[in-house]
Amino acid sequence: MRKVYLDNAATTRMHEEVFAAMKPYLLEHYGNPSSIHSFGRQARKAVEDAREQVAAALGAEPREIVFTSGATEANNLAIRGIARAQKNKGNHLITSAVEHHAVLDTCKALAKEGFTVTVVPVDEYGMVDPAAVEAAITDQTILVSIMLANNEVGTINPIAEIGEICRKHNLIFHSDAVQAIGNIPVNVDNLKVDLLSLSAHKFYGPKGIGALYVRKGTKLDVFNFGGVQERKLRPGTENVPAIVGLGKAIELATSDLEAEAAKLRVLRDKLIKGLLAIEATKLNGHPEKRLPGNVNVSIQYIEGESLLLSLDLKGVAASSGSACTSGSLDPSHVLMAMGLDHQTAHGSLRLTLGRDNTEEDVDYVLEVLPEIVERLRAMSPIYTGNEIKRS
Amino acid sequence: MYTEKVMDHFTNPRNVGEIENADGIGEVGNMKCGDIMRIYLKVNEDDIIEDIKFRTFGCGAAIATSSAITEMVKGKTIAEAWEISNIQVAEELGGLPPSKMHCSNLAADALKNALRDLEEKRAAQKTE
Repeated sequence: MRKVYLDNAATTRMHEEVFAAMKPYLLEHYGNPSSIHSFGRQARKAVEDAREQVAAALGAEPREIVFTSGATEANNLAIRGIARAQKNKGNHLITSAVEHHAVLDTCKALAKEGFTVTVVPVDEYGMVDPAAVEAAITDQTILVSIMLANNEVGTINPIAEIGEICRKHNLIFHSDAVQAIGNIPVNVDNLKVDLLSLSAHKFYGPKGIGALYVRKGTKLDVFNFGGVQERKLRPGTENVPAIVGLGKAIELATSDLEAEAAKLRVLRDKLIKGLLAIEATKLNGHPEKRLPGNVNVSIQYIEGESLLLSLDLKGVAASSGSACTSGSLDPSHVLMAMGLDHQTAHGSLRLTLGRDNTEEDVDYVLEVLPEIVERLRAMSPIYTGNEIKRS
Repeated sequence: MYTEKVMDHFTNPRNVGEIENADGIGEVGNMKCGDIMRIYLKVNEDDIIEDIKFRTFGCGAAIATSSAITEMVKGKTIAEAWEISNIQVAEELGGLPPSKMHCSNLAADALKNALRDLEEKRAAQKTE
Protein backbone atom coordinates (compact mmCIF):
# COMPACT_ATOMS: atom_id res chain seq x y z
CA MET A 1 0.00 0.00 0.00
CA ARG A 2 1.10 3.52 -0.74
CA LYS A 3 2.25 5.42 2.37
CA VAL A 4 1.76 9.17 2.39
CA TYR A 5 3.03 11.17 5.36
CA LEU A 6 1.11 14.44 5.66
CA ASP A 7 1.77 15.27 9.31
CA ASN A 8 4.93 17.35 8.96
CA ALA A 9 3.66 19.90 11.49
CA ALA A 10 3.75 17.12 14.09
CA THR A 11 7.25 16.03 13.18
CA THR A 12 9.44 15.52 10.11
CA ARG A 13 11.69 12.80 8.76
CA MET A 14 15.31 13.56 9.51
CA HIS A 15 17.36 14.90 6.61
CA GLU A 16 20.05 12.38 5.53
CA GLU A 17 22.75 15.05 5.86
CA VAL A 18 21.62 15.80 9.42
CA PHE A 19 21.94 12.14 10.33
CA ALA A 20 25.37 11.98 8.70
CA ALA A 21 26.50 15.03 10.69
CA MET A 22 25.26 13.55 13.97
CA LYS A 23 26.59 10.02 13.59
CA PRO A 24 30.24 10.69 14.50
CA TYR A 25 29.10 12.43 17.69
CA LEU A 26 27.17 9.34 18.75
CA LEU A 27 29.92 6.82 18.04
CA GLU A 28 33.35 8.44 17.92
CA HIS A 29 33.43 11.93 19.38
CA TYR A 30 31.68 11.15 22.62
CA GLY A 31 33.52 13.50 24.91
CA ASN A 32 31.84 15.77 27.42
CA PRO A 33 32.12 19.39 26.21
CA SER A 34 33.07 20.45 29.73
CA SER A 35 36.15 18.18 29.77
CA ILE A 36 39.55 19.69 29.21
CA HIS A 37 41.07 16.83 27.15
CA SER A 38 40.98 16.39 23.39
CA PHE A 39 37.71 14.39 23.51
CA GLY A 40 36.05 17.19 25.42
CA ARG A 41 37.52 19.93 23.26
CA GLN A 42 36.23 18.25 20.11
CA ALA A 43 32.71 18.06 21.58
CA ARG A 44 32.91 21.69 22.75
CA LYS A 45 33.87 22.81 19.25
CA ALA A 46 30.91 20.90 17.77
CA VAL A 47 28.50 22.58 20.22
CA GLU A 48 29.87 26.05 19.51
CA ASP A 49 29.85 25.48 15.74
CA ALA A 50 26.18 24.49 15.97
CA ARG A 51 25.47 27.59 18.05
CA GLU A 52 26.96 29.67 15.24
CA GLN A 53 24.80 27.87 12.68
CA VAL A 54 21.63 28.58 14.67
CA ALA A 55 22.64 32.20 15.27
CA ALA A 56 23.43 32.73 11.58
CA ALA A 57 20.06 31.32 10.54
CA LEU A 58 18.21 33.74 12.84
CA GLY A 59 20.38 36.82 12.33
CA ALA A 60 21.50 36.58 15.95
CA GLU A 61 24.80 36.36 17.81
CA PRO A 62 26.01 32.92 18.97
CA ARG A 63 25.95 33.93 22.65
CA GLU A 64 22.24 34.74 22.29
CA ILE A 65 21.42 31.06 21.62
CA VAL A 66 20.56 28.73 24.51
CA PHE A 67 20.12 25.05 23.67
CA THR A 68 17.15 23.35 25.32
CA SER A 69 15.44 19.97 25.10
CA GLY A 70 12.94 21.42 22.64
CA ALA A 71 10.45 24.21 22.21
CA THR A 72 8.36 23.27 25.23
CA GLU A 73 11.34 23.82 27.49
CA ALA A 74 12.31 26.96 25.54
CA ASN A 75 8.81 28.41 25.99
CA ASN A 76 8.84 27.57 29.70
CA LEU A 77 12.26 29.10 30.16
CA ALA A 78 11.32 32.26 28.28
CA ILE A 79 7.97 32.93 29.95
CA ARG A 80 8.70 31.78 33.49
CA GLY A 81 12.22 33.17 33.28
CA ILE A 82 11.03 36.66 32.31
CA ALA A 83 7.99 36.69 34.60
CA ARG A 84 10.07 35.90 37.66
CA ALA A 85 12.98 38.13 36.69
CA GLN A 86 10.66 41.09 36.08
CA LYS A 87 8.18 40.57 38.90
CA ASN A 88 9.28 43.74 40.65
CA LYS A 89 8.29 45.73 37.56
CA GLY A 90 4.84 44.24 37.15
CA ASN A 91 2.74 41.11 37.18
CA HIS A 92 0.85 41.20 33.88
CA LEU A 93 1.46 38.93 30.88
CA ILE A 94 -0.17 39.04 27.44
CA THR A 95 -0.56 36.05 25.14
CA SER A 96 -3.05 34.86 22.52
CA ALA A 97 -5.87 32.33 22.43
CA VAL A 98 -4.22 30.19 19.75
CA GLU A 99 -0.83 29.57 21.38
CA HIS A 100 0.60 26.11 21.84
CA HIS A 101 -0.14 24.61 25.26
CA ALA A 102 3.54 25.00 26.15
CA VAL A 103 2.82 28.74 26.26
CA LEU A 104 -0.80 28.71 27.48
CA ASP A 105 -0.21 26.24 30.29
CA THR A 106 2.94 28.04 31.41
CA CYS A 107 0.92 31.26 31.63
CA LYS A 108 -1.81 29.40 33.55
CA ALA A 109 0.79 28.09 36.01
CA LEU A 110 2.08 31.65 36.51
CA ALA A 111 -1.49 32.87 37.09
CA LYS A 112 -1.56 30.51 40.08
CA GLU A 113 1.59 32.21 41.37
CA GLY A 114 -0.17 35.58 41.33
CA PHE A 115 0.54 36.86 37.82
CA THR A 116 -2.41 38.11 35.77
CA VAL A 117 -2.71 36.98 32.16
CA THR A 118 -4.60 38.57 29.29
CA VAL A 119 -5.36 36.14 26.48
CA VAL A 120 -6.09 38.24 23.40
CA PRO A 121 -8.65 36.78 20.98
CA VAL A 122 -8.04 36.07 17.29
CA ASP A 123 -10.06 36.72 14.16
CA GLU A 124 -11.87 34.08 12.07
CA TYR A 125 -8.53 33.11 10.47
CA GLY A 126 -6.77 32.62 13.79
CA MET A 127 -4.78 35.84 13.44
CA VAL A 128 -3.81 38.13 16.31
CA ASP A 129 -4.59 41.83 15.85
CA PRO A 130 -1.62 44.01 16.94
CA ALA A 131 -4.12 46.66 18.07
CA ALA A 132 -5.70 44.11 20.44
CA VAL A 133 -2.27 43.43 21.94
CA GLU A 134 -1.63 47.16 22.39
CA ALA A 135 -5.06 47.65 23.97
CA ALA A 136 -4.30 44.91 26.51
CA ILE A 137 -1.12 46.60 27.77
CA THR A 138 -1.31 48.01 31.31
CA ASP A 139 1.29 49.68 33.51
CA GLN A 140 1.83 46.22 35.04
CA THR A 141 2.63 44.45 31.75
CA ILE A 142 6.07 42.85 31.61
CA LEU A 143 5.91 40.31 28.78
CA VAL A 144 4.06 39.65 25.52
CA SER A 145 4.20 36.15 23.99
CA ILE A 146 2.61 35.63 20.55
CA MET A 147 3.39 32.75 18.18
CA LEU A 148 4.84 33.45 14.75
CA ALA A 149 2.82 30.84 12.86
CA ASN A 150 0.06 28.60 14.13
CA ASN A 151 0.65 24.85 14.24
CA GLU A 152 -2.94 23.87 13.48
CA VAL A 153 -4.19 26.28 10.85
CA GLY A 154 -0.88 27.70 9.61
CA THR A 155 -1.88 31.35 9.98
CA ILE A 156 1.12 33.70 10.12
CA ASN A 157 0.86 36.51 12.68
CA PRO A 158 2.06 40.11 12.13
CA ILE A 159 4.93 39.60 14.58
CA ALA A 160 7.04 42.57 13.43
CA GLU A 161 4.11 44.91 14.07
CA ILE A 162 3.54 43.45 17.53
CA GLY A 163 7.29 43.68 18.17
CA GLU A 164 7.20 47.36 17.27
CA ILE A 165 4.38 47.93 19.77
CA CYS A 166 6.31 46.09 22.49
CA ARG A 167 9.38 48.24 21.87
CA LYS A 168 7.28 51.40 22.01
CA HIS A 169 5.97 50.32 25.42
CA ASN A 170 9.35 48.99 26.57
CA LEU A 171 8.04 45.42 26.96
CA ILE A 172 9.84 42.14 26.48
CA PHE A 173 8.50 40.21 23.49
CA HIS A 174 8.67 36.43 23.04
CA SER A 175 7.55 34.48 19.99
CA ASP A 176 7.12 30.73 19.58
CA ALA A 177 8.53 30.23 16.08
CA VAL A 178 8.41 26.43 16.05
CA GLN A 179 6.35 26.10 12.89
CA ALA A 180 8.02 28.96 11.06
CA ILE A 181 11.67 27.90 10.85
CA GLY A 182 12.49 26.58 7.38
CA ASN A 183 9.07 27.61 6.07
CA ILE A 184 9.19 31.40 6.20
CA PRO A 185 12.12 33.79 6.85
CA VAL A 186 12.83 34.24 10.56
CA ASN A 187 15.14 37.10 11.51
CA VAL A 188 15.09 38.22 15.14
CA ASP A 189 15.84 41.86 14.29
CA ASN A 190 13.25 42.12 11.52
CA LEU A 191 10.68 40.50 13.79
CA LYS A 192 11.72 42.73 16.73
CA VAL A 193 11.60 39.85 19.20
CA ASP A 194 13.61 39.55 22.43
CA LEU A 195 13.06 35.82 22.82
CA LEU A 196 12.24 33.17 20.24
CA SER A 197 11.67 29.41 20.59
CA LEU A 198 12.43 26.70 18.06
CA SER A 199 12.58 22.92 17.82
CA ALA A 200 14.80 20.88 15.49
CA HIS A 201 12.42 18.02 14.68
CA LYS A 202 10.01 20.40 12.97
CA PHE A 203 12.61 21.11 10.28
CA TYR A 204 14.12 17.71 9.54
CA GLY A 205 16.37 17.63 12.60
CA PRO A 206 16.40 15.29 15.61
CA LYS A 207 13.78 15.20 18.36
CA GLY A 208 14.63 16.29 21.89
CA ILE A 209 16.59 19.39 20.95
CA GLY A 210 15.59 23.00 20.53
CA ALA A 211 16.80 26.45 21.32
CA LEU A 212 15.78 29.71 22.86
CA TYR A 213 17.07 32.94 21.36
CA VAL A 214 17.66 35.44 24.18
CA ARG A 215 18.45 38.98 23.06
CA LYS A 216 21.62 40.37 24.62
CA GLY A 217 20.80 42.10 27.91
CA THR A 218 17.56 40.19 28.51
CA LYS A 219 17.70 38.75 32.04
CA LEU A 220 16.02 35.43 32.77
CA ASP A 221 15.39 33.89 36.15
CA VAL A 222 16.60 30.29 36.33
CA PHE A 223 14.81 27.35 37.86
CA ASN A 224 17.15 24.46 37.04
CA PHE A 225 20.38 24.20 38.94
CA GLY A 226 23.46 22.06 38.80
CA GLY A 227 25.98 23.30 36.28
CA VAL A 228 27.35 26.20 34.28
CA GLN A 229 26.25 24.93 30.86
CA GLU A 230 24.30 27.31 28.60
CA ARG A 231 25.25 30.27 30.81
CA LYS A 232 23.54 28.49 33.74
CA LEU A 233 20.18 28.97 32.02
CA ARG A 234 20.04 25.30 31.11
CA PRO A 235 22.48 23.34 33.26
CA GLY A 236 23.33 19.74 32.47
CA THR A 237 25.67 18.02 30.03
CA GLU A 238 24.89 19.14 26.50
CA ASN A 239 23.21 16.69 24.11
CA VAL A 240 26.09 16.99 21.67
CA PRO A 241 24.83 14.79 18.78
CA ALA A 242 21.40 16.45 18.89
CA ILE A 243 22.92 19.94 19.04
CA VAL A 244 25.07 19.08 16.00
CA GLY A 245 21.91 17.84 14.29
CA LEU A 246 20.04 21.04 15.12
CA GLY A 247 22.86 23.14 13.69
CA LYS A 248 22.98 21.19 10.46
CA ALA A 249 19.19 21.06 10.14
CA ILE A 250 18.68 24.81 10.55
CA GLU A 251 21.48 25.52 8.09
CA LEU A 252 19.88 23.25 5.48
CA ALA A 253 16.33 24.43 6.15
CA THR A 254 17.15 28.10 5.81
CA SER A 255 19.62 27.88 2.91
CA ASP A 256 17.06 26.80 0.29
CA LEU A 257 13.97 28.14 2.03
CA GLU A 258 12.49 30.10 -0.88
CA ALA A 259 12.70 27.24 -3.39
CA GLU A 260 11.27 24.69 -0.93
CA ALA A 261 8.49 27.02 0.19
CA ALA A 262 7.52 27.72 -3.44
CA LYS A 263 7.32 23.98 -4.13
CA LEU A 264 5.20 23.39 -1.03
CA ARG A 265 2.83 26.25 -1.89
CA VAL A 266 2.03 24.65 -5.26
CA LEU A 267 1.23 21.31 -3.60
CA ARG A 268 -0.69 23.02 -0.80
CA ASP A 269 -2.87 25.02 -3.15
CA LYS A 270 -3.64 21.98 -5.30
CA LEU A 271 -4.60 20.01 -2.20
CA ILE A 272 -6.80 22.83 -0.85
CA LYS A 273 -8.53 23.24 -4.21
CA GLY A 274 -9.20 19.50 -4.44
CA LEU A 275 -10.53 19.26 -0.88
CA LEU A 276 -12.82 22.26 -1.25
CA ALA A 277 -14.32 20.59 -4.33
CA ILE A 278 -15.89 18.07 -1.93
CA GLU A 279 -19.39 19.19 -0.93
CA ALA A 280 -19.78 21.00 2.41
CA THR A 281 -16.14 21.66 3.22
CA LYS A 282 -14.40 24.84 4.36
CA LEU A 283 -10.83 26.05 4.67
CA ASN A 284 -9.61 26.83 8.20
CA GLY A 285 -6.95 29.49 8.61
CA HIS A 286 -5.92 32.41 6.47
CA PRO A 287 -6.19 31.87 2.69
CA GLU A 288 -2.90 33.69 1.93
CA LYS A 289 -1.02 34.46 5.14
CA ARG A 290 -0.47 30.79 5.92
CA LEU A 291 2.49 28.44 6.12
CA PRO A 292 3.49 26.98 2.74
CA GLY A 293 2.88 23.39 3.86
CA ASN A 294 -0.32 23.79 5.89
CA VAL A 295 -3.73 22.57 4.77
CA ASN A 296 -6.61 22.58 7.27
CA VAL A 297 -10.18 21.97 6.17
CA SER A 298 -13.40 21.07 7.96
CA ILE A 299 -15.53 18.36 6.41
CA GLN A 300 -19.10 18.79 7.62
CA TYR A 301 -21.23 15.96 9.05
CA ILE A 302 -18.29 13.69 9.95
CA GLU A 303 -15.93 13.48 12.90
CA GLY A 304 -12.18 13.92 12.66
CA GLU A 305 -10.95 10.78 14.36
CA SER A 306 -12.99 8.45 12.18
CA LEU A 307 -11.64 10.39 9.21
CA LEU A 308 -8.06 9.91 10.42
CA LEU A 309 -8.58 6.17 11.05
CA SER A 310 -10.02 5.78 7.56
CA LEU A 311 -7.15 7.70 5.98
CA ASP A 312 -4.65 5.66 7.98
CA LEU A 313 -6.18 2.47 6.58
CA LYS A 314 -5.35 3.92 3.14
CA GLY A 315 -1.78 4.72 4.23
CA VAL A 316 -2.32 8.47 4.71
CA ALA A 317 -1.02 10.04 7.94
CA ALA A 318 -2.93 13.18 8.92
CA SER A 319 -4.16 15.01 12.00
CA SER A 320 -7.36 16.61 13.32
CA GLY A 321 -8.58 19.10 15.90
CA SER A 322 -11.52 16.94 16.98
CA ALA A 323 -12.03 16.26 20.69
CA CYS A 324 -10.95 12.63 20.29
CA THR A 325 -7.61 13.68 18.89
CA SER A 326 -7.02 16.72 21.11
CA GLY A 327 -6.71 14.47 24.16
CA SER A 328 -9.57 16.18 25.95
CA LEU A 329 -13.35 16.31 25.78
CA ASP A 330 -13.27 19.53 23.79
CA PRO A 331 -12.21 20.15 20.23
CA SER A 332 -9.07 22.17 19.46
CA HIS A 333 -8.80 25.45 21.38
CA VAL A 334 -7.43 27.06 18.21
CA LEU A 335 -10.48 26.23 16.09
CA MET A 336 -12.85 27.23 18.91
CA ALA A 337 -11.00 30.56 19.36
CA MET A 338 -11.56 31.19 15.64
CA GLY A 339 -15.30 30.94 16.28
CA LEU A 340 -15.96 27.58 14.63
CA ASP A 341 -19.03 25.71 15.84
CA HIS A 342 -18.50 22.32 17.48
CA GLN A 343 -19.46 20.28 14.44
CA THR A 344 -17.06 22.17 12.17
CA ALA A 345 -14.25 21.86 14.72
CA HIS A 346 -14.86 18.12 15.21
CA GLY A 347 -14.71 17.64 11.45
CA SER A 348 -11.36 19.34 10.95
CA LEU A 349 -8.59 17.66 8.99
CA ARG A 350 -5.01 18.91 8.97
CA LEU A 351 -2.63 17.81 6.22
CA THR A 352 0.86 19.27 6.51
CA LEU A 353 3.26 18.90 3.61
CA GLY A 354 7.02 18.53 3.82
CA ARG A 355 10.10 18.15 1.65
CA ASP A 356 9.47 14.50 0.83
CA ASN A 357 5.93 15.03 -0.49
CA THR A 358 5.21 14.90 -4.20
CA GLU A 359 2.33 15.81 -6.47
CA GLU A 360 1.50 12.08 -6.57
CA ASP A 361 0.93 12.20 -2.81
CA VAL A 362 -1.56 15.03 -3.24
CA ASP A 363 -3.30 13.20 -6.09
CA TYR A 364 -3.52 10.04 -3.99
CA VAL A 365 -5.19 11.85 -1.08
CA LEU A 366 -7.65 13.52 -3.42
CA GLU A 367 -8.38 10.11 -4.92
CA VAL A 368 -9.06 8.24 -1.66
CA LEU A 369 -10.70 10.97 0.43
CA PRO A 370 -14.03 11.45 -1.40
CA GLU A 371 -14.89 7.75 -0.93
CA ILE A 372 -14.08 7.94 2.79
CA VAL A 373 -16.18 11.07 3.21
CA GLU A 374 -19.08 9.47 1.37
CA ARG A 375 -18.91 6.34 3.55
CA LEU A 376 -18.80 8.26 6.84
CA ARG A 377 -21.54 10.64 5.76
CA ALA A 378 -23.81 7.74 4.85
CA MET A 379 -23.32 6.59 8.45
CA SER A 380 -23.89 10.05 9.94
CA PRO A 381 -27.24 10.82 11.59
CA ILE A 382 -26.78 14.53 10.94
CA TYR A 383 -26.06 14.35 7.20
CA THR A 384 -28.72 15.79 4.92
CA GLY A 385 -31.36 13.16 4.21
CA ASN A 386 -30.45 11.10 7.26
CA GLU A 387 -32.73 12.95 9.67
CA ILE A 388 -35.32 11.01 11.67
CA LYS A 389 -38.40 10.31 9.56
CA ARG A 390 -41.41 9.41 11.70
CA SER A 391 -44.46 7.80 10.20
CA MET B 1 -4.79 1.97 20.43
CA TYR B 2 -7.95 0.16 19.25
CA THR B 3 -8.41 -3.62 19.36
CA GLU B 4 -8.77 -5.67 16.17
CA LYS B 5 -12.47 -6.10 16.92
CA VAL B 6 -12.99 -2.34 17.16
CA MET B 7 -11.21 -1.84 13.86
CA ASP B 8 -13.24 -4.64 12.28
CA HIS B 9 -16.52 -3.00 13.31
CA PHE B 10 -15.22 0.42 12.27
CA THR B 11 -14.13 -0.81 8.85
CA ASN B 12 -17.14 -3.06 8.22
CA PRO B 13 -19.92 -1.71 10.39
CA ARG B 14 -22.94 -3.99 10.70
CA ASN B 15 -26.51 -2.79 10.26
CA VAL B 16 -25.88 0.79 9.16
CA GLY B 17 -28.90 2.73 8.02
CA GLU B 18 -32.47 3.22 9.11
CA ILE B 19 -35.66 1.18 9.39
CA GLU B 20 -38.73 2.63 7.76
CA ASN B 21 -41.67 2.77 10.16
CA ALA B 22 -39.42 1.69 13.02
CA ASP B 23 -41.12 0.57 16.23
CA GLY B 24 -38.61 2.50 18.30
CA ILE B 25 -35.99 5.19 17.61
CA GLY B 26 -33.44 6.30 20.19
CA GLU B 27 -30.74 8.92 20.09
CA VAL B 28 -27.96 9.87 22.48
CA GLY B 29 -25.02 12.27 22.59
CA ASN B 30 -24.50 15.85 21.53
CA MET B 31 -22.39 17.85 19.14
CA LYS B 32 -20.39 19.46 21.94
CA CYS B 33 -18.57 16.23 22.77
CA GLY B 34 -18.69 15.05 19.18
CA ASP B 35 -20.69 11.83 19.41
CA ILE B 36 -24.27 11.33 18.24
CA MET B 37 -25.76 7.82 17.98
CA ARG B 38 -29.19 6.86 16.70
CA ILE B 39 -30.73 3.38 16.84
CA TYR B 40 -33.81 2.07 14.99
CA LEU B 41 -35.70 -1.03 16.19
CA LYS B 42 -38.20 -3.41 14.60
CA VAL B 43 -39.91 -5.76 17.08
CA ASN B 44 -42.31 -8.67 16.33
CA GLU B 45 -45.43 -9.86 18.24
CA ASP B 46 -43.30 -12.12 20.46
CA ASP B 47 -41.27 -9.09 21.67
CA ILE B 48 -38.22 -10.24 19.73
CA ILE B 49 -35.99 -7.63 18.10
CA GLU B 50 -36.16 -8.66 14.46
CA ASP B 51 -34.15 -5.83 13.02
CA ILE B 52 -31.92 -3.06 14.33
CA LYS B 53 -30.03 -0.35 12.47
CA PHE B 54 -27.85 2.60 13.48
CA ARG B 55 -26.42 5.87 12.30
CA THR B 56 -23.51 7.45 14.21
CA PHE B 57 -21.50 10.65 14.04
CA GLY B 58 -18.35 10.16 16.04
CA CYS B 59 -14.95 8.62 16.50
CA GLY B 60 -13.88 5.03 15.79
CA ALA B 61 -15.08 3.86 19.21
CA ALA B 62 -18.48 5.49 18.74
CA ILE B 63 -18.99 3.77 15.38
CA ALA B 64 -17.66 0.39 16.58
CA THR B 65 -19.82 0.32 19.74
CA SER B 66 -22.90 1.22 17.69
CA SER B 67 -22.16 -1.56 15.22
CA ALA B 68 -21.38 -4.08 17.97
CA ILE B 69 -24.59 -3.48 19.90
CA THR B 70 -26.70 -4.14 16.80
CA GLU B 71 -25.15 -7.63 16.60
CA MET B 72 -25.62 -8.20 20.33
CA VAL B 73 -29.29 -7.25 20.24
CA LYS B 74 -30.60 -8.82 17.03
CA GLY B 75 -32.83 -11.81 17.87
CA LYS B 76 -32.97 -10.95 21.59
CA THR B 77 -36.16 -10.17 23.48
CA ILE B 78 -36.99 -6.65 24.65
CA ALA B 79 -36.36 -7.73 28.26
CA GLU B 80 -32.92 -9.06 27.34
CA ALA B 81 -32.09 -5.88 25.39
CA TRP B 82 -32.85 -3.73 28.46
CA GLU B 83 -30.12 -5.61 30.33
CA ILE B 84 -27.27 -4.68 27.97
CA SER B 85 -24.84 -2.16 29.46
CA ASN B 86 -22.20 0.10 27.91
CA ILE B 87 -19.52 -1.91 29.73
CA GLN B 88 -20.76 -5.15 28.11
CA VAL B 89 -20.51 -3.50 24.68
CA ALA B 90 -16.94 -2.45 25.39
CA GLU B 91 -16.13 -5.99 26.59
CA GLU B 92 -17.65 -7.42 23.42
CA LEU B 93 -15.09 -5.34 21.50
CA GLY B 94 -12.17 -6.59 23.60
CA GLY B 95 -12.04 -3.31 25.51
CA LEU B 96 -11.74 0.37 24.63
CA PRO B 97 -9.00 2.88 25.42
CA PRO B 98 -9.69 4.36 28.91
CA SER B 99 -10.32 7.83 27.46
CA LYS B 100 -13.11 6.40 25.31
CA MET B 101 -14.98 4.56 28.07
CA HIS B 102 -17.04 7.60 29.06
CA CYS B 103 -17.29 9.82 26.01
CA SER B 104 -17.85 7.40 23.16
CA ASN B 105 -19.26 4.29 24.85
CA LEU B 106 -22.92 5.27 24.67
CA ALA B 107 -24.51 2.65 22.41
CA ALA B 108 -26.42 0.98 25.27
CA ASP B 109 -27.87 4.39 26.20
CA ALA B 110 -29.04 4.89 22.60
CA LEU B 111 -30.59 1.41 22.68
CA LYS B 112 -32.38 2.17 25.97
CA ASN B 113 -33.77 5.37 24.47
CA ALA B 114 -35.05 3.36 21.49
CA LEU B 115 -36.64 0.80 23.86
CA ARG B 116 -38.27 3.63 25.83
CA ASP B 117 -39.60 5.10 22.57
CA LEU B 118 -41.00 1.68 21.68
CA GLU B 119 -42.80 1.37 25.03
CA GLU B 120 -44.22 4.86 24.77
CA LYS B 121 -45.54 4.13 21.29
CA ARG B 122 -47.14 0.90 22.51
CA ALA B 123 -48.73 2.68 25.48
CA ALA B 124 -50.07 5.36 23.15
CA GLN B 125 -51.55 2.68 20.85
CA LYS B 126 -53.31 0.99 23.79
CA THR B 127 -55.03 4.20 24.86
CA GLU B 128 -56.24 4.90 21.30
